Amino acid sequence: MLATLPLPSPVPFAVSSEILPTTVPDNAPEHCPGTESTLAGKTSACDGCPNQETCAEGPKGPDPDLPVIKARMESVKRKVLVLSGKGGVGKSTFTAGLAWALAADEELQTGIMDVDICGPSIPLLMGLENSTIHTSASGWSPAYAQDNLAVMSIGFMLPRKSDAVIWRGPKKNGLIKQFLKDVEWGDLDYLVVDTPPGTSDEHLSIVQYLKEAGIDGAVLITTPQEVALQDVRKEIDFCRKVGIPILGIVENMSGFVCPSCKGESEIFIPSTGGAQAMAQELGIELLGKVPLDPRIGMTCDKGLSFLDEYPESPATVAYLDIVDRIRTLLGDE
Amino acid sequence: MTSEGQVPRSLSNVRHILLVLSGKGGVGKSSVTTQTAMALVNKGFNVGVLDIDLTGPSLPRMFGVELHQIHQSRAGWVPVTVYPRTETRGSLSLISLGFLLGSRSSSVVWRGPKKTAMIRQFLSDVVWTGTLDYLIIDTPPGTSDEHIAIAEELRWAQPLDGAIIVTTPQQVATADVRKEINFCKKVGFEIVGVVENMSGFICPHCAECTNIFLSGGGEALSKQLDLPYLGNIPIDPRFVEMVETQSDENKLIDLYEKCELKPIVEGMVTKVLEQNKPARI
Repeated sequence: MLATLPLPSPVPFAVSSEILPTTVPDNAPEHCPGTESTLAGKTSACDGCPNQETCAEGPKGPDPDLPVIKARMESVKRKVLVLSGKGGVGKSTFTAGLAWALAADEELQTGIMDVDICGPSIPLLMGLENSTIHTSASGWSPAYAQDNLAVMSIGFMLPRKSDAVIWRGPKKNGLIKQFLKDVEWGDLDYLVVDTPPGTSDEHLSIVQYLKEAGIDGAVLITTPQEVALQDVRKEIDFCRKVGIPILGIVENMSGFVCPSCKGESEIFIPSTGGAQAMAQELGIELLGKVPLDPRIGMTCDKGLSFLDEYPESPATVAYLDIVDRIRTLLGDE
Repeated sequence: MTSEGQVPRSLSNVRHILLVLSGKGGVGKSSVTTQTAMALVNKGFNVGVLDIDLTGPSLPRMFGVELHQIHQSRAGWVPVTVYPRTETRGSLSLISLGFLLGSRSSSVVWRGPKKTAMIRQFLSDVVWTGTLDYLIIDTPPGTSDEHIAIAEELRWAQPLDGAIIVTTPQQVATADVRKEINFCKKVGFEIVGVVENMSGFICPHCAECTNIFLSGGGEALSKQLDLPYLGNIPIDPRFVEMVETQSDENKLIDLYEKCELKPIVEGMVTKVLEQNKPARI
């Protein structure tokens, strides 16, 4: 579409098909060798570029932090991303549920990394609202929701809960890098990464930084209505572009059972067939559907595990089935 | 591109600017934007809607204009006209990145600087037709690049009417919304009021109202922070149904006439109008 649309002003802009950050800046001259190239600043294309000198001087080669991250991540067996194009579909709730379910097995060590920098919900959901993190010579120690459940989030670092983190991309990327590089995760069987909505800096960074260590898969969360599915399609497109295996889709808030009359109704109407139809269309597994249970929200606000509090809820059953399926897909069961 | 100190070009014929913000995603910013826009149109105002949620633009779908395209004129980009002006209603036009994307499933994977450039372009190269009474800016969740960019651009577009803050009742949402309010204070956006969305669900079987996400969080928040409270909007599955079933013959704005949310949103819009904010031009 865009290729045919002449741009009214000279802002460098094209719908991105180059995904993982290349090292060629948007406004670079044609044939720029890339800032990390050994030829940076030295080719004929660099002549006249205002950054020629800087490029010629700077350190070359790939990001020196990547091997450090790889070494740190060697003690983590499985790395799972929880993604969704749309906000408020239940990524954090699902992340928390997945982690609580995994940690119910005392043999397993589980970690949650919250890379939602501007709206971290994980501390509240895990009952760690007032926790802070400790720094030691070997790095930051995560907070613990229970003995085998480590949690890391920017929420632990804010002086006050209501402080807004007004950061542009590069600063967020720096913190994510530190979460991977400097946090003493220890031996983990699972690291579940909760992400913000969308497909932007945080997502690119986590993929880029874990490129060497490897991501085992992504779980996509959606709600049944088309507006949400539309954004999930974008997220699937993103996963395919950057090469993250998709474990499957979870349809959250799928139907509501009225507590007084037990009548079932659809709050978010699956006018286009919901996640089921989309999963089929795109050849992705539907891991399960989680019905809305008003008690989920209540336990979340209290930082308790919904699965422990209401084991009889249909939502709990759905959650546990999904967690089993994820473990099977990862080859752990 | 706007230069320092100048009113962004696209805003020169805009009388009032409202932003719709929320720290948390999925609380209904776009649905509040849609309904507020329709309420203003119903009052006879010419309304423009600018969608700066670049990685997840949902407004084209909300207004049923997904397949439309932005046209290019010599002066700049021409927004999509959702509803033309009629005797009783004002006009409604929309600009969104969604229109520039090839297919509805392609993702926009942009880092910050690119998003900032795009927002600047939206504010300088879009030619709104005639004079707009209201420009409503729908934002993505969070307090990051898009928000900083829009705040920077709007610095030269004072006075603004301010921001409508959308929240849902549960604590997880109000916690994020507090951050957004702090952001507004930092960048000097006035807060027009707080809206609590998804406040209860009316069971279609027994008409019992269940508070899926508890209730009252938004009102408590606005009281505590001394902000105007605009009201609460319950969940109405029929509104979502209207959005999904609208067509050229059955326009959303006509379907909306029968929606139970309409009087609620109109009440909120009246509260905003009663604040009598000065017009920019």
